Amino acid sequence: MPSVAVLLSVGRHPASGRARRAPLDARALEMAFSLPNAAVHAIHAGNPDEPALRDYLGMGMERLTVLSIPRDGDPVPALTAHLEQLSPDMVLCGSRAEGGEDSGMVPYLIAHALGYAMVADIAAVSASAATATLTQALPRGRRRLIETGLPVVATVNTAAPAPRQSSFGRARRGVIDILAADAPPDTLADQCEIRPWRPRPKRMRLAAAASAADRLKAMTETRSGEGAVMIQPSPEEAARAIYAYLVEKRIIGDGS
Amino acid sequence: MIAAALSGLMLTTLAAGALLAVLNARRWLAGQAASVDLVGGLLALPQRYLGDVHHVVARKPYNALFHALVAGGFLASLPLILLAALPALRGWLLWTALALCLAVMLAGALMVGWRRGVARPSELSGGGFARLPFALLAYAVCLLIVAVDQLAGEALPQTISLTLVAIGALAAADLILGVGRGPLKHALNGALHLIAHPRPARFHHGTRDTAIRALDLTGQKLGTERPVDFAWNRLLGFDACVQCGRCETVCPAYAAELPLNPKKIIQDIAAALDPAATDRAYAGHHHPGRSPGEAHGGRLLPLVGAGAMIHPDTLWSCTTCRACVEECPMMIEHVDAVIDLRRFETLERGATPGKAALALEELRAADNPSGRPASQRIEWAADLALPLIADRGECDILLWLGDAAFDMRGQRSLRALIELLRRAGVDFAVLGADELDCGDLARRLGDEATFQDFARRNIALLGRYRFNRILTNDPHVLHVLRKEYPSFGGRYTVVHHTALLLELIEAGRLAPRGSGRSVTFHDPCYLGRYNGEIEAPRRLLDALGLERIEMERSGLRSSCCGGGGGAPLTDVAGKKRIPDIRMDHARATGAERVAVGCPNCTIMLEGVTGKRPAVADIAELMLEAVA
Repeated sequence: MPSVAVLLSVGRHPASGRARRAPLDARALEMAFSLPNAAVHAIHAGNPDEPALRDYLGMGMERLTVLSIPRDGDPVPALTAHLEQLSPDMVLCGSRAEGGEDSGMVPYLIAHALGYAMVADIAAVSASAATATLTQALPRGRRRLIETGLPVVATVNTAAPAPRQSSFGRARRGVIDILAADAPPDTLADQCEIRPWRPRPKRMRLAAAASAADRLKAMTETRSGEGAVMIQPSPEEAARAIYAYLVEKRIIGDGS
Repeated sequence: MIAAALSGLMLTTLAAGALLAVLNARRWLAGQAASVDLVGGLLALPQRYLGDVHHVVARKPYNALFHALVAGGFLASLPLILLAALPALRGWLLWTALALCLAVMLAGALMVGWRRGVARPSELSGGGFARLPFALLAYAVCLLIVAVDQLAGEALPQTISLTLVAIGALAAADLILGVGRGPLKHALNGALHLIAHPRPARFHHGTRDTAIRALDLTGQKLGTERPVDFAWNRLLGFDACVQCGRCETVCPAYAAELPLNPKKIIQDIAAALDPAATDRAYAGHHHPGRSPGEAHGGRLLPLVGAGAMIHPDTLWSCTTCRACVEECPMMIEHVDAVIDLRRFETLERGATPGKAALALEELRAADNPSGRPASQRIEWAADLALPLIADRGECDILLWLGDAAFDMRGQRSLRALIELLRRAGVDFAVLGADELDCGDLARRLGDEATFQDFARRNIALLGRYRFNRILTNDPHVLHVLRKEYPSFGGRYTVVHHTALLLELIEAGRLAPRGSGRSVTFHDPCYLGRYNGEIEAPRRLLDALGLERIEMERSGLRSSCCGGGGGAPLTDVAGKKRIPDIRMDHARATGAERVAVGCPNCTIMLEGVTGKRPAVADIAELMLEAVA
């Protein structure tokens, strides 16, 4: 019976900015559920009163452990200490989270601190007593099969199966166990400005192509090395450049 | 001797029937407690049975006639036969009266036999029902001969008379003992159901009691899992079903061969009241694509599941269009049952299928089902410079943009409406980016928690401003705001755009010019059946000078586009598509265009491929006419 710890963060909806379950962490939990007979431990480091944590309980967990740390604290030491005590066979989390320090280095730092193997971007998993077989998702749909000894830290890719629905009834009944934990202030985060990611605007082009395939290509391909780079232009300059571009691409008429 | 045998046998049969009915009642009495006004219901029974039920039955006059003949003759014959127990009363008067009753019943029984045997509609169930005309005929014929024979001074040999009495009594036993379980249970259970109806307000003339009841979210178990989780009077209602199959003839999902037959789903619940229940005894049309014997259950077992009485695909095929409820002569509430079962699936099991679960998650996190930024609800109208109520605090008409504002087709209809409001000089404003989803989708998908959250937040938002009426072009919004928010404290005058536009014409504020082009109107379920508004759109179309041609099914008996109840998201596969079927109705009229009054209908009907009439919202048609 493998023991699996799943690290869960609080996500942020890209459009509304509201807290929600982080989609990739939810996939990690779903993957843990898919392991036969696994003892699943769900762990969050942060504010135990965050309502979005109940979204994870709604997936069918009876309990969720929250290591209570302040907002600006570094979660890694608290998580490492808790995992050391728990000594799971496998630690799963999303390969990317949605809230600042939840993302990026957390799984790597934990694997390093605990001396566990680390595999990124897995799409599927199966485990035996001493080893785990992980399917790693690589770009363009390629897959790589990885055989690793336990324990292992693995991050879960978008290619993993979608998470199950979170139900209101189960979320309401689930129990949050709060553990006090130490968290040193995160000195690096203090120096950074954190703002929501937004997609880069795409240039509009009118596709005057003969076939649908050409139009699709014109819409999807990215060309580089065109145009000029303007650094901090004045609003008038910027507007003129955009206007000239729209006229050039025949998206609007030139007024004549 | 003959008379004594007759009345004695009948008395015994009636007593046995009463005992069986009591035993049978224990099945549905196992349900949850319900607050029922039994006295009021009992007093209202004659009106409900002879008025409301008759009104539905009489849509097929032949059926109304044979019901009156058979039931009238049979019920009148029973006391007469019992009176024959008293030797003093056995005279020509009694036998003549009995003979007349039985002759009337015989005429009706022949009509029943004709309908079941010769001109048999395919939606009728067989099984135990097949015996019905034989029992009715045997009873009427045999006892008629006995009565006439008594009048003639016992001309027949006694053995023959006694045999006739025996056959008549046997037929009576088949009818009466079947009252609890057999074909005639609609007589007894039907009457009891009408007395203890879960929606007594639907019998008040002029009200359409169509709002879904609020669910107590602090309850132990949310929604309905097992048969016994229904209230007893609702189980009684399901058990009153006589399997006439009128619901299946109007169900859009059944017509498209999605795995749902409303008659069968009611039978599934009623059958599950028995221990070790299966659907083997069911002898009607099945849920399309499913075969008998697959369903198993019991009153303490879950109703929904792959091998349970109701397959999840069946539950999620329903568009909540209420055509079945409108058509049911026994006043059964199919849609309420579907919503209660969905509530358990969504709130407790987290088993909302297809894209619906994702839409619910987005609704919770972003207040709209596609997870778009709130500002997008109004960005498309940047050039229209819509007045925001937040800037003004008050207005006459608050225009609810709805989910259609995120969709380019919906925006076209909204633009037409806004242009008309401007031309008529209507003082209106919008909530803009502050507007939230109304919660209709969440509620029909069983997510009562999300619905109630929207209801409370919208009511709080609306409470900040002063306005006279809310205007919407989406009947789903209209229904929810008008009929389902009041139980959360939000009471508003909500008007559909067809009603308001008609008002503007009648007040002379807009003057359309007729084009004489032909049009057929597709009634949205949530405007027609849910809210009874079928006149205003028609008068409006007439005022636009359009030649209006009605479809085969229109008004309160209109047929659904397939867009309600979250059906496009749960997306259960059928052999056909529901909108294709509706478009066939429209094509059959030969009208140039289909006029619609709901953005969901617009999307569903415009999605129909091939040669078809164009689809246009009534506001778009009106803008053409005033331009």
